[in-house]
Amino acid sequence: MEDRKVLKSGEFLVSDIKAKDIFIPEEFNEEQRMIAQTCRDFLEAEVYPRMADLEKGDRVLMKQILKKAGELGLMGISVPEEFGGFGQSFVTQMLVAETTGAGFSFSVAFMAHCGIGTLPILYYGNKDQRERYIPKLASGELLGSYCLTEPGAGSDANSGKTNAKLSEDGKHYILNGQKMWITNAGFADTQVVFAKIDIDRVLSAFIVESALPGVVIGPDEHKMGIKGSSTAQIYYNEVKVPVENLLGKRGEGFRIALSILHMGRIKLGANVIGAAKKAITDSVKYANERKQFGVLISSFGAIKHKLASQVIRLYASESAVYRVSKDIDDLISKLKADSGDTGRATIEAISHYAVEAAILKVFGSEMLDFVADEAVQIHGGMGYSAEMDVERCYRDSRINRIFEGTNEINRLLVVDTAMKRAMKGDFDLFGKAETLFNGVDKISTGEIVSESYFTEKTRYIDNFKKVILLCIHGAVKQFDKKLINEQEILNNIADMMMETYVSESLSLRVEKLDTIKGNTPVFKDILDVNIYDTAEIIRKSAYDAVYSFASEEKSPELIKAVDDLTKIRGINVKDSRRRIADKLIEDNSYKF
Amino acid sequence: MKILVCISNVPDTTTKIKFNESNTSVDTTGIQWVINPWDELSLTRALELKDDPSSGIKSVTVAHVGTASSEPTIRKALAIGADDAIRINSESSDAYYTSAQLAEVIKKEHFDIILCGIESSDYNGSLVGGMISEFLGIPSVSAVSGIKIENGQAVLVREIDGGKEVTSVPAPFVAIVQKGIAKEPRIAAMRGIMMARTKPLKVIEPVEVDSLTEITVFEKPAPRSACKFIDPENPGQLIDLLQNEAKII
Repeated sequence: MEDRKVLKSGEFLVSDIKAKDIFIPEEFNEEQRMIAQTCRDFLEAEVYPRMADLEKGDRVLMKQILKKAGELGLMGISVPEEFGGFGQSFVTQMLVAETTGAGFSFSVAFMAHCGIGTLPILYYGNKDQRERYIPKLASGELLGSYCLTEPGAGSDANSGKTNAKLSEDGKHYILNGQKMWITNAGFADTQVVFAKIDIDRVLSAFIVESALPGVVIGPDEHKMGIKGSSTAQIYYNEVKVPVENLLGKRGEGFRIALSILHMGRIKLGANVIGAAKKAITDSVKYANERKQFGVLISSFGAIKHKLASQVIRLYASESAVYRVSKDIDDLISKLKADSGDTGRATIEAISHYAVEAAILKVFGSEMLDFVADEAVQIHGGMGYSAEMDVERCYRDSRINRIFEGTNEINRLLVVDTAMKRAMKGDFDLFGKAETLFNGVDKISTGEIVSESYFTEKTRYIDNFKKVILLCIHGAVKQFDKKLINEQEILNNIADMMMETYVSESLSLRVEKLDTIKGNTPVFKDILDVNIYDTAEIIRKSAYDAVYSFASEEKSPELIKAVDDLTKIRGINVKDSRRRIADKLIEDNSYKF
Repeated sequence: MKILVCISNVPDTTTKIKFNESNTSVDTTGIQWVINPWDELSLTRALELKDDPSSGIKSVTVAHVGTASSEPTIRKALAIGADDAIRINSESSDAYYTSAQLAEVIKKEHFDIILCGIESSDYNGSLVGGMISEFLGIPSVSAVSGIKIENGQAVLVREIDGGKEVTSVPAPFVAIVQKGIAKEPRIAAMRGIMMARTKPLKVIEPVEVDSLTEITVFEKPAPRSACKFIDPENPGQLIDLLQNEAKII
């Protein structure tokens, strides 16, 4: 493994890394590009031509298409070769998640099968369970689902009422209860079901075969979007689940559920990239065809502004996705060397990067919502027509802010997890924050004479981090253990953390690209506008937080520090955006 | 029987073509390269024949004239299912040069069926297949839209005016293939992508052949001018425009 500095989860708040230390998408190897092309070819050949039928909720058709993806090997990407998969790196898994993300509801069904439907068994199953189920799930012979949510247990997953009792002969668990919002319910062969055994306070996990007597699948829900994916309730009436299908240990279910959610949300962060790339390409193609007032609408500044804004948010989001993916790959290698178990090593590595997983989920899903909304707007009246892909994209996008943990829960997780990791000793957050807070009157912009382009950008990002530390210390000092009740302030801090992590990833990517390729003006435009916007978001979020926790005496000096630390050199954002849009318009598709 | 599929490395069909400042070469910056679509369909059909045991096809090889930069495209062909590949290590300068190089390879390796796309989507010369057959002195069949093997003999379907022509031809021969030969190009499966790493890719040096053509300048077609709509009640205006503006009557 190459010698590169890797940060722990959340450590970016207090440590810097160099551009050479991050992985950027421009470094995908030939094989990874070929795998991505296979995913694109598959969508073109098998999914897009059947989209209208899928939208009508044709479960049989969706099942057929999933099986074809299985035949191509796409369901075995994350599965080690010993279980019939292709044992691809985490970066490659994320690239596949990205590329298939352009497949609308197929993508949801595919990701649910490959991720939450398959990986709990791979990661937590014993040898027998892995051997019985994983090869068939990896080939698509079996299709999987994941059953956690209940009518009364959504974000509060541990409050579920589904119950399992050991049968008198000790051979079965008798399962009773109800699950809802289950993706792939209509055709899945296997389910990973969470239930409490007897009067346990905590969940356990089971592998349940859908064909077992007593498993009743409800009709598909009528949804706003992702209409092609089967989403239904599942009822368990005295279902006899063999004891050997208890997944992991008794009481380990909640841990399994949380780990799998980390995995699901980080992959969602990649998934939305693919959907956004398609929406941007659809946007520019339309803008390059539609004429008003005798000219193409892509020649209008207002449209260029929208196109460029779509590109900037997507490119920034993508930078963060692959930065952390490579960090996870490195940690998997390290953990695997210790334990020899790829499955466990993978889920432990993903769970370790819980802060970044939540960041990618929230930032990515909101990025896609923005991109989809502007895509509809660029299409004007046609964007409101169900004939257009952007209309579907707009509806499909919305769920991403809800599933895999709502963005509200995930924002809280971003801050809470980082603070817990710091308390555990992973990095010195509170000491640095306190020192900074106590010297708040001495804080300056840190500007030096004749700093280089990237030195200036790094300084801005360091300053954003200082704002976050000031707010964390101020809020902790004010509310101590009751900070958990101050969700508005935690949201302010989460927003700053997300924006900073993404901007830093973007800055490091552009710097590395500049080193590899030489002059990269349009990418510097992307970075310029992103930093300009991020400074504004940081300032606003910090203002909101400071005025919410600081006393009237303390807030003026904190606000002055926030002003200094978010001060950036003005740029001509209009021209920068136009140059970005011009490249998109010239290419007539997203090729950044 | 052994099949050889000649493949060309072309810009993705959605590429916006740009030239260098002197308009003497294509600016390849940022271009995504792919297998020429007609060649990809030929390869797909070759693999379908190999999959059918009754065809008696032992192997499918791909050959390409190009530098090392085209190897990703060759490996894509291997990932799709070709058994092995040959790269003639030279920049392809024109159809004559390319055909001569491929013919040399075919002479040495003895293929029974040589499939060439009817044209490449970059220069659209439609020359290579015919020239290979001339170099080798073997039959060529053009505009082939179907191929099957019956009792060890190739049966070809050609598109002709108003219908189809079915013909059989003794091996070795060159089939110049057009769309219709296969439904859709085969998608590279994960196993194929993994195996492509280890499949043989032989690099051979070119033989000495002169190029017979030289590109002096590239020009883009003039931008299409706006349509003018003429009231059907006013044919005089149409005649006036055709005479005086378009100057075609």
